[in-house]
Amino acid sequence: MKFSVMVNEGPYTHQASDSAYQFIRAALSAGHEIFRVFFYHDGVNNGTRLTTPPQDDRHIVNRWSELASEHDLDLVVCVAAAQRRGIVDPDEAKRNSKDGDNIAPGFRISGLGQLIEAGIESDRLLVFGD
Amino acid sequence: MLHTVNKSPFESSSLKTCLSLARSGSDVLLIEDGVYGALAGSTHSPLVTEALEAVRVYALEPDLKARGLSGDRLIPGIEVVGYDGFVDLACTNDKIQNWL
Repeated sequence: MKFSVMVNEGPYTHQASDSAYQFIRAALSAGHEIFRVFFYHDGVNNGTRLTTPPQDDRHIVNRWSELASEHDLDLVVCVAAAQRRGIVDPDEAKRNSKDGDNIAPGFRISGLGQLIEAGIESDRLLVFGD
Repeated sequence: MLHTVNKSPFESSSLKTCLSLARSGSDVLLIEDGVYGALAGSTHSPLVTEALEAVRVYALEPDLKARGLSGDRLIPGIEVVGYDGFVDLACTNDKIQNWL
């Protein structure tokens, strides 16, 4: 079965990001496909590589990046939500004259069309948020 | 249809709304703080007990454990599932409504 997942909350403020991650891991280990993970609203904060949680805490951002690299996941951050919250990739940094970027490995910035496509292309779309 | 509820019935009316709108034969999965809705003997338990006549209610085990809620404190008839069970419910139901 083909799943897509939408994450609407940032890491460390709400369980949504953890729940989405655990669901995706369980789906992958049961042999299902994850078509896309779409990060919207505060969910875009899952995609900054500059986070440094205490060493005895889970590293939510790195965990997403590692899962993406292991399973070739498509992690998409909404561009408008990202701009508001300062999540920037090299292209966006250039376009908006920023002094750097902070997008985490495995993530890419794109638009809401990616969410619509995920809804159309997947058998199921799950939303995790507050 | 699968409904997921992630709010405690003590903080939000989403469980009540979900149960009043869920069609007979639906699956309702309590996750995150939603698992407080599975507690027996609370002011919200009668609502869930009554709903169990028409829908199946599940509670996510890791979220129960994280809140110190053991199986013997739950409303009889509620099934405890893990994330693998969550995935199965998402497969067997052709539509999913995540109550947020």
